[in-house]
Amino acid sequence: MRLVAFCLTALLVVSLTADADWRSFRGSATNSLAPEEQIPLDWESDDVVAWSAELPGRGLSCPIVVGDKVVVTASSGYRQGQLHVLCFAAVGGELLWERTFWATGRTSSHPKTCVAAPTPSSDGERIFATYSSNDVACLDLEGNLLWYRGLTYDYPNASNSLGMSSSSVVVGGSLVVMVENDIDSFTTGLDTRTGEELWRIDRPQAANWTSPALWSHDGEDLVLLQSSAGVTAVDPVTGETRWSYGDGASTVPSLVASDGVAYVPSNGLTAIRPGQNTPEVAEIVWQEGGLSPGTSSPLVFDDSVFVLSRPNVLIRAEAGTGEEQWKLRLSGNFSSTPVVATGHLICFNEEGTAFVVDPAESGRIVSTREFGETILATPAVADDALYIRSDAHLWKIAAP
Amino acid sequence: MLRYFCLGASLVFCLAWFDSASADEIDELLEAVTAVEPRGEGNPAAAEAVRELSQADASTLTRILAAMDDANPLAVNWLRGAFESVAARAQESDDGLPATELEAFVLDLEHSGRARRLAYEWLVKADPSAPDRIIPNMLDDPSPEMRRDAVARLISAAEELADTGDAAEAKSTYEKALTGATDGDQVEQIAKSLDGMGTDVDLVNHFGFLTEWRLIGPFDNRDKIGFEAVYPPEQELDFDAVYEGQLGEVRWETYEADCDGKVYDVGEVGKFDLAALTEPHKGAVTYAATEFVSDTDRPVEFRIATPNAWKLWVNGEYLFGHEEYHRGMRFDQYSVRGELKSGRNTILLKVCQNEQTESWAQDWVFQFRVCDLSGKGLTSGQRTARADAP
Repeated sequence: MRLVAFCLTALLVVSLTADADWRSFRGSATNSLAPEEQIPLDWESDDVVAWSAELPGRGLSCPIVVGDKVVVTASSGYRQGQLHVLCFAAVGGELLWERTFWATGRTSSHPKTCVAAPTPSSDGERIFATYSSNDVACLDLEGNLLWYRGLTYDYPNASNSLGMSSSSVVVGGSLVVMVENDIDSFTTGLDTRTGEELWRIDRPQAANWTSPALWSHDGEDLVLLQSSAGVTAVDPVTGETRWSYGDGASTVPSLVASDGVAYVPSNGLTAIRPGQNTPEVAEIVWQEGGLSPGTSSPLVFDDSVFVLSRPNVLIRAEAGTGEEQWKLRLSGNFSSTPVVATGHLICFNEEGTAFVVDPAESGRIVSTREFGETILATPAVADDALYIRSDAHLWKIAAP
Repeated sequence: MLRYFCLGASLVFCLAWFDSASADEIDELLEAVTAVEPRGEGNPAAAEAVRELSQADASTLTRILAAMDDANPLAVNWLRGAFESVAARAQESDDGLPATELEAFVLDLEHSGRARRLAYEWLVKADPSAPDRIIPNMLDDPSPEMRRDAVARLISAAEELADTGDAAEAKSTYEKALTGATDGDQVEQIAKSLDGMGTDVDLVNHFGFLTEWRLIGPFDNRDKIGFEAVYPPEQELDFDAVYEGQLGEVRWETYEADCDGKVYDVGEVGKFDLAALTEPHKGAVTYAATEFVSDTDRPVEFRIATPNAWKLWVNGEYLFGHEEYHRGMRFDQYSVRGELKSGRNTILLKVCQNEQTESWAQDWVFQFRVCDLSGKGLTSGQRTARADAP
């Protein structure tokens, strides 16, 4: 009986920990939301910076948070051939461990991006670090290497000279990695325990920088793959296609799923869901040409969809209809995707300015903060704190 | 309680195991790791071996490094993971890292450049004075990263000399730095500094760009059919032959790029601009052939930069191709391993242009050089485009 109680308690602890974690690009649910997390809204004072840490190299990858650890990747060296995985203590910011690998794939990229562009992911026990060179390193939470793959080493024509950036997601023991490019283009599911290939599917031969999004609805967990061809919903364990949308989509900002609807950067923004009569073909709920995202991905919060259009206009629209509610002009250019915490949107422009936006009524900038460094990454939110990185630093923002 | 007992027992077992781990047992673990192959082959066995190796003591560090010498790039990273776990634990221990053994490894040129560099990086953690002792002697090291550090020190020294007005010594220090420099940013910096002191640097020669080629084309690449199409130059290299091309008869003609070696920009210098030298054809394939004379049989890297799709053959053997169009062109964008034989070697490059109409998609151009495995440009006094020359 005691053993059963212990196991249930352990499961509950694991579950609660998972809820508080931020385990992949745009969070554990890939939806950019952490509305319950309480972070400060007044960012003007230096008191909100709990700590900052120096990073050994560049990165557009976002931090992830697993338990009391913050993990971030970086790339360094003249050819960006050194691939770093760094783990910091969430409390205090101490560097707990660092591991480095050599890129086995090509490291060429546009100067704006870098080899550490994809965000790592985690299943709570392991860290999966991926890079533009299509290297995949799996480590435990103490930094011990569990397995390693070089997907361009395996498939030498799987690369993009502008750089690759798709982040991975973990579902059901499968690490889903998009390696989509002009030539040998595929997405694969790797066994999280060994790195062996569970499945591999051919994908459109076209450069693609989007990331997979999780779809969890009616008891079904799928991964949505977006490309220039549209959207494909696949079973993460088998790679089998469940349904698809074929009217094309952007290859930069990534779709977001919410309550059985996927909001896709396609013809502006298109809300889709599995067809009522033919479930394998998606049906369009609404389509709005004026809601075209720039580089940042859309998010859904409080029955509204939020889009950062090029260059810097934040738009709120009805999630159910696409009808615009308000527009708010920010400043600068945006690569980072906004996140929601404490009921507010947090946006970072490329010049390193943070905007805390109250989404109510007509939208209002509550506070701003200059970080003084280029910021292209999306923040992570966990345990009442926000983490953001530049090429040189990782910052923790939290109430003093 | 049971959990703690099991944990403790496991710990004791591991300690006991590693205390008694024989050289053979370590060798078996290293063999399991180095047996890892592409596409995940050997992963489960390697994962188990790395897990055990990662618990080993510091005495295994140089053995793990030595195993990198003949390992493939995947296995090298597996070994690095194990090495860093062991090294990090050793660093925190009372005994610390085995600095003497690591330094001996760094200085042993029989080992691979990457393994030596890794040993160096951890040596520096144990002994911050090591760089001053080691790096000045690394200007000609086989490891590009070691060489880069040596070049950086000389650049800094030259800058200080220039600041203090000792122009002659500054110039000689820059010239010394240039002998070891292969990274584009360092070479550019040195060349610009020397140029400012009245000394020309020829980057075409420094990097070994091949700028004289025989060309034949255009062949058809409309709808991108040309990349896979096998046109006659892929079947025979007959420089007297005349073939039917895309727009009529085509024959081999020799072109030399008008390269200014004093363009101190590695993205521009040494370019062989097909569109400018011939015609800005669209939907077209042109073949470029040249000869490289090597004084010995040797492994080399062919370093290519191009925004166009391409295929490469050396001495009739197909090495690699990449069907990507207009995703940028960067110095040393592609590295292709190959072999040169002693004497004359023929190099055949197929360069495909697509039919995109955007202004940024008009380049039909490449940079090409032959390097040793550390990135140093190789030159040949007898290098010529006349692959059929006696």
